[in-house]
Amino acid sequence: MAKKLPSTDVVVVGLGWAGSIIANELADEGLKIIGFERGPWRDTATDFNLASATDELRYSRRQELMLRTKQNTTTMRNNVTETALPMRTWGSFHPGNGTGGAGNHWAGISFRFQPHEFRLHSYLSERYGKELSPELTLQDWGTTWEEMEPHYTKFDKLAGVSGKAGNIKGVIQEGGNTFEGARSEEYPNPPTAQTYAPTLFAEAAKNLGYKPFPVPSALVSRAYTNSLGVKMGACTFCGFCTNYGCANYSKASAITTVLPVLIRKPNFTARTNCEVIKVVMDSTGTKATGIIYMDGNGDEYEQPADLVVISAFIFENVRLMLLSGVGKPYDPVTNTGTTGRNYAYQTANSVKMFFDDKNFNPFIGGGAIGMGIDEFNNDNFDHSGLGFVGGGSTRVTPIGAAPIDSRPVPPGTPAWGSAWKKATVDNYASTMSIGCEASSYSTRTNYLSLDPTYKDPLGRPLLRITFDFPENDRKMAAYVTSKVTEIAKSMNPRQMVPAAQTGHWNSAPYQSSHIVGGFIMGADPKTSSVNKHLQVWGVPNLFVVGSSAFPQNPGYNPTGTVAALAFKAADAIRTRYLKRPGEMISV
Amino acid sequence: MKTLLTVCAGVIGLSLNMAHAATGADSYNLVEKGRYLTTLGDCTACHTLPGKPLFSGGVILDTPFGKLAGANITPDPGTGIGRWTFDDFQNAMSKGHGLDGKLLYGAMPYTAYTKVKREDNQAIFAYLQTVEAVDNKVETNQLPFPFNVRTSLIGWNLVNFTQGEFKPHPDKSEQWNRGAYLVEGLGHCGTCHTPKNLIGGDKNDNFLGGANLQGWVAPNISSKAHDGIGAWTEEDIVKYLKTGANRFDVASGPMAEEVEHSSQHWKDDDLKAVAAYLKDGAKPADAPKPIAANDAAMVAGKAIYADRCSACHTPNGEGVEGLFPKLAMGPLINSADPSSLIRVVVAGSRAGATDAAPTAPAMPAFGWNLSDDNVANVLTYVRNTWGNAAPAVSSGDVKDVREQLRPK
Repeated sequence: MAKKLPSTDVVVVGLGWAGSIIANELADEGLKIIGFERGPWRDTATDFNLASATDELRYSRRQELMLRTKQNTTTMRNNVTETALPMRTWGSFHPGNGTGGAGNHWAGISFRFQPHEFRLHSYLSERYGKELSPELTLQDWGTTWEEMEPHYTKFDKLAGVSGKAGNIKGVIQEGGNTFEGARSEEYPNPPTAQTYAPTLFAEAAKNLGYKPFPVPSALVSRAYTNSLGVKMGACTFCGFCTNYGCANYSKASAITTVLPVLIRKPNFTARTNCEVIKVVMDSTGTKATGIIYMDGNGDEYEQPADLVVISAFIFENVRLMLLSGVGKPYDPVTNTGTTGRNYAYQTANSVKMFFDDKNFNPFIGGGAIGMGIDEFNNDNFDHSGLGFVGGGSTRVTPIGAAPIDSRPVPPGTPAWGSAWKKATVDNYASTMSIGCEASSYSTRTNYLSLDPTYKDPLGRPLLRITFDFPENDRKMAAYVTSKVTEIAKSMNPRQMVPAAQTGHWNSAPYQSSHIVGGFIMGADPKTSSVNKHLQVWGVPNLFVVGSSAFPQNPGYNPTGTVAALAFKAADAIRTRYLKRPGEMISV
Repeated sequence: MKTLLTVCAGVIGLSLNMAHAATGADSYNLVEKGRYLTTLGDCTACHTLPGKPLFSGGVILDTPFGKLAGANITPDPGTGIGRWTFDDFQNAMSKGHGLDGKLLYGAMPYTAYTKVKREDNQAIFAYLQTVEAVDNKVETNQLPFPFNVRTSLIGWNLVNFTQGEFKPHPDKSEQWNRGAYLVEGLGHCGTCHTPKNLIGGDKNDNFLGGANLQGWVAPNISSKAHDGIGAWTEEDIVKYLKTGANRFDVASGPMAEEVEHSSQHWKDDDLKAVAAYLKDGAKPADAPKPIAANDAAMVAGKAIYADRCSACHTPNGEGVEGLFPKLAMGPLINSADPSSLIRVVVAGSRAGATDAAPTAPAMPAFGWNLSDDNVANVLTYVRNTWGNAAPAVSSGDVKDVREQLRPK
C-alpha cells in the first residue's frame, strides 16, 4: 500500500525539456511544485566534466545517458498479425534518463514546424483533394501558427538558438530558410561558423538554384546569457555532441538553461530516482488526484496534487495514460479510441560520398553545425501526380567522427582485417554525407498499446509499438533521396551510396529518436486526447505534454516544438486555468 | 490553491533580558537592521553548519595551531548566549571577551569587530535574540596544548590587537568611510585576505595583501595594480560581490560561500562604498618581467594550454564573463602563491550560485590525467602570458598541494 504524502499544488512528471519548462513557469506563479524524475539528477559541473565527457565507449557505445532497458523498454512489431518482442538493447531510438532527459544527448537542431503543419489534414485536402492517400490518418493540431509562434520565440531565447531568419514578419530574409513561417524576430544568436563539408554542400546546392541556410542550432554560436539569466559558452565544435552531455555549457538542455534557476526556487522540489507508476484518478474518472511513485529504495508513495502534468518521453507519456485508464485505448480495427492513436516516426535517408581529393577534418563538428536546404521538405514542392505527400529536411551536419563509430568504408570492403584498416585510413577524412530527415505520416495501423506478454520490473505491461513505414513515406523517401543524389553528383565524388528508407521498419539500427503521437492534440475529443492547451479532454486538471501530442511528424526535428508546446501549456495554465480551473475548451 | 508567502518577523522571540531594548516598531526596525548586519558579517560562515539550525554553531575552523569551532550563538541559556546581557555581547565584539571575562581566540575576528559601532552591535544582539534557541553544546576550544591555554591570549592581544571603534577619516568622503568601516570592521575582509604573522595575527602593514588559508589563496585585494585587483574597476568589484562573477573572475572556494551567504545580499550602496574604499589610491604598479616564452616550461605549458584549457578559457586567456574566468591579468593568476591555482587544476572547483548569476559553472579536475610536471608547466605558462608575470610553478609545488588534498 502506498504511503500517502501531504498534498501539493502541482506534480510534474519528467524533468526533461517539457517538464522543466512547465515547472519553472508555474513556480513563478508561487505554486508549490514537486518534479519527479525516474533517473538521477544530472548537472554539467558534476556529470559532464570536460576531462571525461568525451568518452565514446562510455557514452556512445555503452549509452550511459540512456534509459536502461532492464528498467523499462518497449516491445515492437511491424503489424497486428505479428507478436511483438521486447527491445533488449536500444537500436532505432535513444530514450533518455535523468534530469535533462533526451535533451542532454540531443543534436541541438532547432527547427520550428511550418504554419501549414498545424492544419496539415485540411491543408493537404484543400490542395490535393482525392489524390491524398486513404492510407493516411493525418490530422490538424487544433491550433495555429499564430498561436504557436510566441512560444517558439520563448524557446529560442531560452536555448539561445543560433541561426539566420528566412522570414521576419512576412519579409523574406536573404541567407535564411525562406520556407519557414513568419517569425516575430531574428534568432537570438547568429549562425555558428561552418566546417568544410557543409560549406561545400551549400555551394553545390546554390549552384543548382537552391537556397541553402545555416541549420538552426541550440549549440550556441557565442557566449550567451539566456532569458533566465543562465550563462552558456560558445560551441567549440568538439565533436562529442549527439549522444553526449555538453561539457562546455554550449548545448542547450534543461540542465544548461532551466534547472539551475528552477532548483533555487524554494517552492520547487525535485524527487529524482523516483519512478511514477500511475496517475491516480477519482471515482468519476474526470479528475486526477495525484500520482503513485516508487522511490530509489523501492518504497511506494502516493503524492496528491491539485494539478498533474505528465511531461515524460513520449513512450512513458502514453504508457502512463494507458496504465492509468485515461482516455479510451485506440483500436485499429474499429478505428475508435484515442490513447495510442496516430503513432509516427521519422524517415531517415542519406547519400554518402567518398572523395579522393578532399580532407574534411571530420572530427571537428557538432550535432547542429551545418547547412541545409528545404526545397524537398513537407509541402514545399508540388506533389501533384507524385503519388505521395511529405518530404524531408536536407542537410549536412557532421557531428564529429569519433574513433569507434566512424569508419566510413565503401560497400564491398571487408568488415575486418588489413583491407578494412587500409580503407579506413583512405576514407576517414575524405568522406561526407548528405542527410534527409523526412516526414512520417500517421496511418490507421501504426499505434501504441500495452503489451499483453512483457512486463517491466514492477510488473506493469511494457508499451507495444506497432509500426511500419507507410507506402506514402517509402515513395517520398525514394523521391527525396533521388533529389539529394543529384546534388551529391554535382559535387563529383569518387563514389556515392544513396540510402533511401526502404522496406519494413527494423528496430536494430539507430535511425532517429524522433518518435511522435499516441496522445495527440486536436479540436475533437473523438480523435484527439488533449486540446490545444495540452489539457486532457474530460480531465481538466491533467496535462500531457511532449511529442506524444503530435498528430504526425513533419520533416523536421521535434525538440523545438516540444518545448514550444510546454511554454504553450504553461501559458494557458498561468493565464486561464488558474483563474478558472476547469475545461478550457468545451466541445 | 495559490500559496501565499508570508513574512514572519519573529519579534515574539525577544527574550526577557532584552528589557532595555526598544519595543514595537522600533524593535522591529532594530531586529531587521540586526538581521542585515549579521548577513553582512557572514556570521553563519562559522556559526551555522549546513543543514543545522541557524547559529547553532559547530563549524570547524582548521587553523595552523589546531581546531576551533564556531560557538552556539542562539539564545539557548545553557549552550548558547541566552544568559548574556548586551554588555556581555558588546565585550565579545569589542574586546574579545566571552562571558565572565574569558578570552576569545582570534578566529572570532574581534580584531576587526572591535571597530563595529555600539549601536550596530545592539541591533545584531537584538536580532540574535529572535532566532530559535537551540540546545547544542559546542566545544569551541579544540586546540592542542599549549595553544588551548586561554591566558596565552593576553600576550597575543598585546601584539596583535588594538581595541576601539572605527574612527572616520575626516579628509575622506562619507562613502569611503562607510567602505572602510565595512571592510575593516564587520565585513572582516582582512581575516582571510591579510597575511598573518607567526602567531596568527594580521600583518597590518600589508592589509588585504593576500594570504593562504585552508589550502586556498585569498588573493591580494589591495589597490596594488599587478597582483591586486588594481585592474578591476569599482563596478567590477560590486558585480563580483553581488553576483559571484565579473568580467575577470568567478568566485570559487571559500569566496563562493561568502558571496552565497553574505555579499550577494548586501545593499548596493554598501557594495559601492566597499569598492570605492578598495580602489582608493590605486596606481599602476611596475609589473615584474614575465618568464621568456622560449623557456622549456613555457613551451610545454603552451601546448598543454592549447589542448586542455583553451576551449573554455579561450586561446587568448580572455575567458567568458560569468562562466570561464579570465586568465589574463587576474589577481589570483599573478599571486606569488600559486596554491589556489594548483588546487583548482588538480581537484577542480565549483563556482557559487546566486540569483543574479545562477549558472554555478565548474572547473573540472585534471589531477587524474595531468602529471605534476604538466600542471606546473601549464600554470607557469598561464602565469607568464597575456600580460601576466609571476614566479614559475614547480612540480614540487604541485606535489605538495596533491599531498594536502589527500583525504586524511
